[in-house]
Amino acid sequence: MSDHDYQPSSKLGKWFNDRLPLLTLSNHLREYPTPKNLNYWWTFGGILTFCLITQIVTGVILGMHYIAHSDLAFESVEHIMRDVNYGWLIRYVHANGASMFFLAVYIHIFRALYYGSYKSPREVIWIIGMIIYFLMMATAFMGYVLPWGQMSFWGATVITNLFSAIPFIGESITNWLWGGYSVGNPTLTRFFSLHYLLPFLILGLVILHIWALHVPGNNNPIGIEIKKPSKDTVPFHPYIVIKDLFALLLFLIVFAFFVFYAPNILGHADNYIEANPLVTPAHIVPEWYLLPFYAILRSVPDKLFGVIAMFASIFVLVILPWLDTSKVRSAIFRPIYKQFYWFLIADVIILGYMGAMPAEGTYLLIARIATVYYFVHFLIILPFLGFKEKTLEVPLSIVEPVLGGSPKQTSTKNNSNLRENL
Amino acid sequence: MKTFIKLIFFIILLINFGNSKLYAETSQKLLKTDWSFKSFFGKFDRASLQRGYQVYNEVCSSCHSVKYLSYRNLAEKGGPEFSEAEAKAIASNFEVIDGPNSTGEMFTRQARLSDKFVMPYANDEEAKSANGGAYPPDMSVLVKARKGGADYIYSILLGYEEAPSDVNLEEGVYYNKYMYGNKIKMSSPLSEGIVEYSDGTKATKEQMAQDVVSFLMWAAEPHLEQRHKFGFRVIIYLIILSVLVYFTMKKIWSRIESKV
Repeated sequence: MSDHDYQPSSKLGKWFNDRLPLLTLSNHLREYPTPKNLNYWWTFGGILTFCLITQIVTGVILGMHYIAHSDLAFESVEHIMRDVNYGWLIRYVHANGASMFFLAVYIHIFRALYYGSYKSPREVIWIIGMIIYFLMMATAFMGYVLPWGQMSFWGATVITNLFSAIPFIGESITNWLWGGYSVGNPTLTRFFSLHYLLPFLILGLVILHIWALHVPGNNNPIGIEIKKPSKDTVPFHPYIVIKDLFALLLFLIVFAFFVFYAPNILGHADNYIEANPLVTPAHIVPEWYLLPFYAILRSVPDKLFGVIAMFASIFVLVILPWLDTSKVRSAIFRPIYKQFYWFLIADVIILGYMGAMPAEGTYLLIARIATVYYFVHFLIILPFLGFKEKTLEVPLSIVEPVLGGSPKQTSTKNNSNLRENL
Repeated sequence: MKTFIKLIFFIILLINFGNSKLYAETSQKLLKTDWSFKSFFGKFDRASLQRGYQVYNEVCSSCHSVKYLSYRNLAEKGGPEFSEAEAKAIASNFEVIDGPNSTGEMFTRQARLSDKFVMPYANDEEAKSANGGAYPPDMSVLVKARKGGADYIYSILLGYEEAPSDVNLEEGVYYNKYMYGNKIKMSSPLSEGIVEYSDGTKATKEQMAQDVVSFLMWAAEPHLEQRHKFGFRVIIYLIILSVLVYFTMKKIWSRIESKV
């Protein structure tokens, strides 16, 4: 049933829906035609929504007990861990929740890379997703500063110092970010304020992300445009809802393992030492999810170009829909791309590993090679592959194993259908 | 389901990642001992925690503070579980400055259960000057603040040795094979029989190290026992629920000719 034909059954429902079509929206979400061949890699969208809400709920509660002051922050975190009812649980869920959030978002992003979900007509979904990812990193970084441990303080010092690489105005910008001449109480209070604000921006963008998804509909493992609704689709409820729920529960088992049995394994021991501006830790390392970018930053000898390379490594992802020239979406039908895809994964894992190692000797050399390969993958291999690669034949539909389809074939027709529906 | 096997693989990778950050600062392998609080059902050994408090009180506390513990914690569930009367008696051995009173004067009084552990020094500067410039770290979260955790502290306590002939030690610096750089400004704190355990346990160095590190682990994670208990219930609950949801999902998807 399309959204146009929907009528609430009760009179009151109809009266309300004519004024604010919430019931139409809810009907749309239930009936939303979803490809029936989605595999479990597609369940991470729902998992991510859960992660965001968990972070917001636990974060709001922590904010009630936390004190954003450089003399009191560390102590207030210990107060939460010891004296607040179930404070230890809330804090460990929040701290490990950040890691779980990033674990899920990396799987979500690499799923999109494998199945070509960023390609036309889904570029806007992808770009919104990348903005969300960028804001997530900013939020996580600022959140890590709040306990005011040694890694908080020195991590903040290293990252904010990056801005001093900007020519001429760099130093002024850094001082402006700090609210002083070094990381201190003004930095902590503004980070707290922004750490509280950004998740709500992310929430807004997530709504846009889902909205943008519901215009062309989901991509699917074989990457063809499908008619919606058709034999190839199932209604979102109950089919996808129950599957997402099942996947979420399995994800929660992993989550619970970290929270209850290894709550500090993903953190750094130094962050249980109160921040001390006079003592620099032996190695300053960011959280695991930022390590690949940290490796790129450090592998460039010049500070300014290191910063540029780091931001460029995210920016190439934003313009990815135009860098990948292949008309075929799914890697299933792209034998050569598939291999390069796994090379990229290996490359990012190597970068992450090097980010955790000291930037010297062989480590630095490997990090440099991996950095170069990262950019080669996106800027050279992908554009060329689209022209050179001989792709396999793509089926016409999901249910009928008839070959000879093309990813573009039905998309134009479908788009006009959708526009009518909306 | 294959997907989830891959996912588990990812998780293992992730944990390795976490550990890889802990690249060796000293090549020494840490000493191991049986900690009752490790493992899924790990609990503290009450008698060991009580003995550990005794070691802390008679040895460590002359230099090291535990500023986030209160005397009431000693009687709380999941800790050493002294009786309330015992905890009160412990607190009453210490004096705290309180006030101002109605005439505006500060005064000293006996510590109560609600007071935080009394610190050995008035401030960091006093602590440093009394210890040859080295600051004896607060021990509230010390176990979590060192790589290797309980094993590391245990190893440090037992790792004092004669310095090799090629190492020059200044006055007030000691050789410890587990310390970063092998030099430590704390003299070996434990020696055979330095405390006399009231429960009759023989106070060997290993015994005291084990007891005091257990105590410090509890000081750093006072809700560890509750966390382990919760974790077991939560995971069992999630497993049962996911089995139920799995079969529900199979049933729902059986309405259409498609596998899930």
